Amino acid sequence: MQPLLKAENIVSYIGPYTILHDVSLEVTPGEAVVILGRNGAGKTTFLKTIMGLVHTRSGILEFDGETLVDKETHVIQRKGIGYVPEDYGIFDLLTVEENMRIAMWKEDAETKARCDWVLDLFPDLKLAYKRFAKTLSGGQRQMLSVGRALVNDNRILLVDEPSKGLAPVIIQTLAGALKEISRTTTVLLVEQNFAMACAVGQRFYIINEGKTVESGTMADLIQNKELQAVHLGI
Amino acid sequence: MGTIVTLVVNGLAQGALIFLMASGLSIILGMMGVINFAHGTLFLWGGYMYVWSYYAIRLRVVMAWFETAVPVTRFGNILTIQGVQLPPGETLPFLAELVIFIAALLVAVGFVFVMGLVFEKLFINRVYGRVPAQILITLGIQVVFTDIVRVIWGPNPFPIDRPPFLNGVSVVGTARIVHYNVFLILVGLVIAVIIHRILTKSRIGMVIRAGLQSPDHVRAIGINIKRYFTIVFAAGAALAGLGGALYMPLVGNVVSTAGMNNQILAFIVVVVGGLGSFMGSFLGSIFLGLMGVGIAMTVPGLSVVANVLIMALVLMFRPNGLFGLAVSRAD
Ligand SMILES: Nc1ncnc2c1ncn2[C@@H]1O[C@H](COP(=O)(O)OP(=O)(O)OP(=O)(O)O)[C@@H](O)[C@H]1O
Ligand SMILES: [Mg+2]
Repeated sequence: MQPLLKAENIVSYIGPYTILHDVSLEVTPGEAVVILGRNGAGKTTFLKTIMGLVHTRSGILEFDGETLVDKETHVIQRKGIGYVPEDYGIFDLLTVEENMRIAMWKEDAETKARCDWVLDLFPDLKLAYKRFAKTLSGGQRQMLSVGRALVNDNRILLVDEPSKGLAPVIIQTLAGALKEISRTTTVLLVEQNFAMACAVGQRFYIINEGKTVESGTMADLIQNKELQAVHLGI
Repeated sequence: MGTIVTLVVNGLAQGALIFLMASGLSIILGMMGVINFAHGTLFLWGGYMYVWSYYAIRLRVVMAWFETAVPVTRFGNILTIQGVQLPPGETLPFLAELVIFIAALLVAVGFVFVMGLVFEKLFINRVYGRVPAQILITLGIQVVFTDIVRVIWGPNPFPIDRPPFLNGVSVVGTARIVHYNVFLILVGLVIAVIIHRILTKSRIGMVIRAGLQSPDHVRAIGINIKRYFTIVFAAGAALAGLGGALYMPLVGNVVSTAGMNNQILAFIVVVVGGLGSFMGSFLGSIFLGLMGVGIAMTVPGLSVVANVLIMALVLMFRPNGLFGLAVSRAD
């Protein structure tokens, strides 16, 4: 099957710094793929590169056969790429409801239905719906960020370390939600929490120092203690 | 008591004018990160375009109305500003004067709005995120376009009239209420309400509030924020233009240095009120307007010093301004 998302030998840079040196990865439709790697490995930068927030110097970056290189971020997003940034990207001066609405491509019945589905998935959001987002807790921000990315009819969801800084209970809730989401949407998840990665992912890639160094099925990785020790410090 | 009422009305009127400039400046700086030293030029162009079109329209209306009316050359140059002497004892009906005034305001605001569009597309667009380049390019625009005003309308100040229906003074007790000042306060309030409604109720307002925090995150949810930048810049320009248009009849004098002077006040408001904060520019403008007349009345020599002092104090103790947004920018 043709990959939905394809990266080949990506080199990308921020200002004078080259951050990614050689990242290659493929995600086929319907898959849930996890990117693992130590702090500072370049996982976030890779997702930002996909979104056009970080510039690509060389390599192939394609979504559904079309190149994403040098495309503007909003154009990339509108191809059907939902993005949950590492820092949530929640707008504090907007209410929870406005944070959802501002992200909607259109306000039709389908969008409304997806929005209701999100509110059922995260009841916290329903309770805080009319509140300004600056009053939300970290976990609620994460839920809003994930939920917001789901109001559109996306073809893939990029999620950057949803477990970061959250309590174990909330991580479980989120893992459940992501698992649920991955049944209907292709997911590319950056995650260092191994339990979360195992719960959601079918295949994995490991990025180290800006390069993809390993890949395989999640089942293999769970067996391979050595690989876990070398790259994940587990 | 009468003096105080007079002063407060004058101060609020000054505040209303400052607000027209500061509100745009604040959002442009807060959302787009652009330090716009060309704002004063837009104010100036609003003023000159208003004066020019006011006299041009009025001349034609009066000449059509009264056969014996006589044009009076106020100031001759490429775009001559020419007054008109009505026949003795005659006046234009109120409605005609009102329509002329509003038409002239629309010409001025529309023209400056287009200037804002063009500036953003041609110049500002290229320097997002590059502050030194922004300062150079907007200062360059300021110098060049202020000089163009001088080339067209001459470097010297010349007197102008207020629309007759706004020209009165009422004496209430011992207070002297200048009608034009009351008019400015009303305009300021109406504009403030409109801006507030746009910010809180419309999609543009939502995008502006989001963009104040992080333009990148706005892009990442599929919004072409550059389009909003253009609209916001042009709208800010139009507000500055309206400020300029309303300023000239207030002082009764058209001067090509008016832009720079008012721009400084607007920058002080932005610093004092807090970047991108609507409430900040609103209250900051009122405060600066009131303080301005208060000081001009008591110790006239201190007005510049006082303004700068306020700014320095705020920067020392509340670097985010008195009403700084409770958000930290993510990029
Ligand atoms: N704006 C920047 N300027 C310079 N270097 C940067 C910038 N942003 C990130 N980097 C560097 O790029 C490298 C990769 O960062 P990135 O955020 O992609 O790591 P990560 O894998 O997401 O790490 P973590 O697990 O801690 O989130 C790091 O060494 C980081 O210091
Ligand atoms: Mg990261």
